[in-house]
Amino acid sequence: MFPLPIGCRPRRIGFVEWLPPQDLSDERARPRAPALSAVLGFPAVTAEPSAIASASSGEADLVRRLKAGDDEAYAALVRLHGGRLLAVARRFFPVTEDARDAVQEAFLSAFQALGSFEENAQLSTWLHRIVVNACLMRLRSRKRKPEESIEPLLPTFDELGNRTAAVAPWPDAHGELERKQAASRVRGLIGRLPESYRTVLLLRDIEERDTAQVAEALGITENAVKIRLHRARQALRTLLDPEMRKGFA
Amino acid sequence: MSLSRLTCREVVDFLWRYEENELSPEEREAFDAHLADCPCCRTYLATYRETVALEHEAFADLDSWVPETVPEELVQGILAARRATG
Repeated sequence: MFPLPIGCRPRRIGFVEWLPPQDLSDERARPRAPALSAVLGFPAVTAEPSAIASASSGEADLVRRLKAGDDEAYAALVRLHGGRLLAVARRFFPVTEDARDAVQEAFLSAFQALGSFEENAQLSTWLHRIVVNACLMRLRSRKRKPEESIEPLLPTFDELGNRTAAVAPWPDAHGELERKQAASRVRGLIGRLPESYRTVLLLRDIEERDTAQVAEALGITENAVKIRLHRARQALRTLLDPEMRKGFA
Repeated sequence: MSLSRLTCREVVDFLWRYEENELSPEEREAFDAHLADCPCCRTYLATYRETVALEHEAFADLDSWVPETVPEELVQGILAARRATG
């Protein structure tokens, strides 16, 4: 085991502690979002082909009712997809209120754009894209708070470019439980990255948008996207390092 | 960067270009030569890749951490905002 140099030790960096949704007392996690049938009052569907077709026709019916201005259909849409959109927004905003505001803005945008929704598209995919855009608009429009530097989370070198501390390997996390625990920690640690870095990391690595799309969305150069992504990954690696070396027993 | 002998700092600074296959053949050769000689940089690269892999695993199954219910005040807030905006 090699101690990290002081400058590389992980620490809290100016953000409200970011809790993954499963840790919320008022928004308990569940294996699946509510089924369309449950929200619309239809019989439950199974994975049988006829049932999938029925679910599909249920969504088509929901879209028709939305386009017709049916108030109950709007409520059904929010109850059906709100949880999923909230989970996506929580990735971008450590504070629950901000995430909820982004979801509200996303639904209002979706309501206005319903006329352009194509019948053969999937509501979930369409709404996912809208909520990510709503998060980005919200991040860009709100007054940016001064950010703490990411530098303390990056590797350090002496004047000759040599490392100031050795790098220790991580034991392999082979077990399913170990990997789940590690993944869960990653969700929490991403929330501790400075916002401008966390946003790039989420868009590139998680939302899988390409560099050009991220550059356009954030109003920065493609090179800046690449450098921020690299630094965000390095910082995340630094934060994860002590726990990965210790292992998840 | 000087290709004759890369420093650890240069390897780390340009790691993203190595991972994105954006280095010239000469630069890549210099990187690989450094990695062959430097266990710390090899370990760093391995743990960097593991970090990215864990990121993907952390968010692979969105359904597993979707809230059971949408907070009712959020539902009502959205519906009220819709009515207010027409």
